[in-house]
This record gives sequence, C-alpha cells and structure tokens, in this order.
Amino acid sequence: MFPFTLEKPRSTEDAIAAAASGARFIAGGTTLIDLMREQVECPDRLIDINSLPFGGIRVEGEDLVIGALARMAEVAADPNVQRLQPLIAESLIEGASPQLRNMASMGGNLLQRVRCPYFRMLDAGCNKRTPGSGCAAIDGLNSGHAILGTSDHCVATHPSDVAVALVALDATMRVKGPQGERSFPVEELFRLPGDTPHLEHTLLPGELIVEIRVPGGPHSRRARYLKVRDRASYEFALVSAAAALSIEDGVIREVRLAVGGVGTRPWRLRDCEAALVGTRPERRAFEEAAQLARQGARPLRHNQFKVELLPRTVVRALALAGEVA
Amino acid sequence: MPRMNAARKHPVEFTLNGRTVRAEVENRMLLSDLLRHEIGLTGTHVGCEHGVCGACTVQIDGRPARACLTLAQQVRGSDVRTVEALAPDPAVLSPLQAAFRRHHGLQCGFCTPGILMSLDALLRERPDADREDIREHLSGHLCRCTGYATIVEAALAAAEEQRKEETTNA
Ligand SMILES: Cc1cc2nc3c(=O)[nH]c(=O)nc-3n(C[C@H](O)[C@H](O)[C@H](O)COP(=O)(O)OP(=O)(O)OC[C@H]3O[C@@H](n4cnc5c(N)ncnc54)[C@H](O)[C@@H]3O)c2cc1C
Ligand code: SF4
Ligand code: FES
Ligand code: FES
Repeated sequence: MFPFTLEKPRSTEDAIAAAASGARFIAGGTTLIDLMREQVECPDRLIDINSLPFGGIRVEGEDLVIGALARMAEVAADPNVQRLQPLIAESLIEGASPQLRNMASMGGNLLQRVRCPYFRMLDAGCNKRTPGSGCAAIDGLNSGHAILGTSDHCVATHPSDVAVALVALDATMRVKGPQGERSFPVEELFRLPGDTPHLEHTLLPGELIVEIRVPGGPHSRRARYLKVRDRASYEFALVSAAAALSIEDGVIREVRLAVGGVGTRPWRLRDCEAALVGTRPERRAFEEAAQLARQGARPLRHNQFKVELLPRTVVRALALAGEVA
Repeated sequence: MPRMNAARKHPVEFTLNGRTVRAEVENRMLLSDLLRHEIGLTGTHVGCEHGVCGACTVQIDGRPARACLTLAQQVRGSDVRTVEALAPDPAVLSPLQAAFRRHHGLQCGFCTPGILMSLDALLRERPDADREDIREHLSGHLCRCTGYATIVEAALAAAEEQRKEETTNA
C-alpha cells in the first residue's frame, strides 16, 4: 500500500471540503483498504468519516431512514427494519459474512467496486481501472459477468445485494456536498458503463452520502430477496431478485421487482412489473412476466446460463413474496 | 482539521486484551500487522489479506471484525481483543478452546484463532445460539482441514456448557 495522509474531520463541512479537493472518504474500509493494498486504488489522502453523525436508523411516518454510516449488521438486526422493510434485512443478511457486516457501512456498500477479477489484476487490460486499456473479461473468463447494460468497454456486474432491494423499493438518498444538499433515487446513483466505465456513480466531487430513505407501502411486508449463487452462503450472486407485492382481493395491485448479478447496475424490471399488475399472483402469470426480464440480454461466452437463470430466479422470488402472509 | 502526514509515524492508543497500548504507526499500517509485527502478538493469523478467509478476525469493541482490512489508526480509543485474551492463564484453556480440543475442532490450527474470536463473541451475545447460528458465523471463515463439522460440534458443546454454568450460578 502506498503512503497516504489520513485526516480526521472535525465537522461534516471539513470532510466535504477535503473530499472536494481530492481526498477519499473511508468508512468500514472493506472495499477501499482491500483495493489499496492491491494498488488498484491509490488515493494519497484519506478522510475517516466514522466520527460524523450519520449512523443510526429511524422511522419518520411511513419512511425508514438509514444513516450512511450504519453498519450492515446493525441495519439487518434492527427491529424497525425487520418490521417495516424485511426485504432490506434479508438482502443484507445474504451478503458478505457476519464479521464483514459488522464493519461495512451502508454508504460504502452502495459505492463498493466491482468483483471482476481483471479489475484487480494490474497486468490485465481493464477500462474501469485504467481507461483505454481494453477489457480482458470480454474475451476472458466471464461466467460471473453481466448480460444487461453492458458495453464493449465493460461487462462487470454491480455486486451489491442491498442496492437491489433499495432500487426495488424506490429508496432515495440524501447527499451533502460543497454546493449544499440534494436527494435523488438510489437507482440514479449508478451509471451504465458506456464508453466511460471508470465513472461508476453520479456523485459530484466532494459529495458525501448522508442517509437512505425507504418509503413504506402495502408492498413492503410482502417482499423477499432470493440470491442464487455457487454456494449457500458467503458468495456474490450469480442472479438475485428482490420482489415486493401488494395483493388486494386476490389481484396484484402493485409490484416492485429488481435483479442483481445480471446487470452492470442494480436492474429494475419495470416491464415485468407492468405485466403483473392486475393479474392473479399465480405461477403462470409470474412465468409470463419473467420472460420480459431478459429482453435485451447480451450474453458472453461463459454466462449464457444467466439468460435462463434470470427469469427462473424472478419467478421464484415472486412466488416467495406471494407466500408471505 | 487534524491531518496525519503520510511520511511520518503517528501515535495510536487503544485497549488491547484489557491493557492500554500505545504505538507509533504509519497511516498505512494495518491492525493485523501492528498486532503481529510491532506488538508481537502472533496469535492473530494472516491468510488472504482480502477480508475473505477470516484468519485475522479479532474483536473490536466486542464485535468480530477483520484486522487485515482495518487501519491501525482506526482503532484509536477502541477495545480490541485477540485470541491471546481467551485463556485465563497460559496453562488453562477457556471453555471454548477446551471444547475445540475435545472435539478435534482444529488440525493445523491456522484458521482457529479467527474462528474462536467469532464464536466467543457469538456465545457471549447469544448464549442460546443453535447449530444454524453457529454455521452462519462460521460462513465467514475458511478452514482447509476439518470440514467444519467438528468445529460446529465444539461450538455447540461450549454453548451448552456455558448455559449449564449459568444455571448453576443463578
Ligand atoms: C470477502 C467479502 C465478501 C463480500 N460479499 C458481499 C456480498 O455478498 N454482497 C454485498 O452486497 N457486498 C459484499 N461485500 C462488499 C461489502 O458489503 C462492501 O465492501 C462494504 O459494504 C463497503 O462498505 P465500507 O463501509 O467498508 O466501505 P469503504 O471501503 O470504507 O468505502 C467504499 C467506497 O465508498 C466510499 N464511501 C464510503 N462511505 C461513503 C459515504 N457516506 N459517502 C460517499 N462515499 C462513501 C469510499 O470513498 C469508497 O470509495 C463483500 C466484501 C468482502 C470483503
Ligand atoms: S468487465 Fe469492466 S471491470 Fe472487468 S476487465 Fe472489463 S472493464 Fe475491467
Ligand atoms: S487475512 Fe484477513 S480475512 Fe484473510
Ligand atoms: S484447522 Fe487447518 S485450516 Fe482450519
């Protein structure tokens, strides 16, 4: 790891000013420290945000508000999260391991970097790490890579589980920056790779994620996260699906559906949602709608299985959500 | 704002296994390296250095965490416990350690310190931990020798022993 200056901010303004002039925030460090020791990331200034007042979880009316510095473990175990938005708790528990969830913050989770192996191999071409150096994954080993939202420049999936749940639930995030505060949907945090895969998110220089707000609704409780992976725990998703249903008089009134492991960003399935509204929550309707999930899929050499696994995972997640009493 | 220059070492003070320690470290020094190379507590092992294998797991303010992903400067003022804190006396194993020995919960022992620190925290927080809970906490640890079954048995035995102890003391 290269030497770096470490700053402990006295205030949020301090932290934002430092970041606006080039310092990087560090929270749990579970993404950043790992990549720094590999020299994939080489910031020369770090700013430790853990003492800033953005932890904790609270309820405001129907909204659940989660601080950016709240830890994954803490959020997953919180009674209000479990009661109001069980999908969030479930997606967190399905990610990483208990020891890592104790360290990892919610803000850091959204900004974690891709798990594409070539991103970490300094001698492989990777446009995300070194713009213009090519993409070793396109002709390399790509079974874990994306089939949706890819470009000729990058095909890596966004690895976060909880981001899939947050995008499904129409969560918004509040950020503070040198220009003041703003709020926007979590979905808009993530960029498609296009021809600039090194730009992953839409935060402006110096912007700090402060909190995540999840609106409640009749769909919130009938919601499940299903993660399909190579082993039963402690592995990133091959395909995952977050499904939330609101059912009235035996008919689907509202659906929220997003998938992970297949897209270059957490992938909302609005066409599937539209196809399901007004139908009965039955397997056949789920299967028909799920076919729409793979529209536009562009499989690579080793990940064609995802084209089939994707609709199947969607069907099972919908069925699980439908079973919630 | 307090800014710690990259070229120099900076003091860090924290509680380690019940005693205050003070060290001078570079910003880039990891907690795992501080423990092993500077302080000389080599019970905390280092395997992957990517947060994956769990060998470096220690307790920070009571919670299991990866020492290989923690900057030494980030434990300033914290309470850190390593495997060296478990045995009450160099000649006596803790009940959890003794259960590992009885149930063959280790072979080469490389993964053991990290696993003990995770299970120690789990059994403290959840004295009623069952097989599922134990397996979930073990999922963050890789063991190349045992196949995990003996580790689960050891942990269940230690949990049971601890519960009995508590009823007798009550
Ligand atoms: C072995 C392993 C397995 C894992 N498995 C999974 C998994 O299955 N599912 C999953 O979802 N995740 C998984 N993860 C990823 C893990 O969840 C993330 O590393 C973690 O959430 C990142 O949070 P952090 O606080 O440690 O971030 P840090 O490493 O501190 O920061 C990450 C990035 O976010 C920026 N940042 C942090 N906080 C803020 C903020 N408030 N505002 C603006 N920028 C900020 C930092 O500058 C940095 O660029 C795994 C990680 C490891 C090491
Ligand atoms: S898929 Fe993206 S991250 Fe992986 S090598 Fe290609 S450019 Fe890099
Ligand atoms: S050495 Fe820290 S997790 Fe492997
Ligand atoms: S006992 Fe050898 S790795 Fe676990």
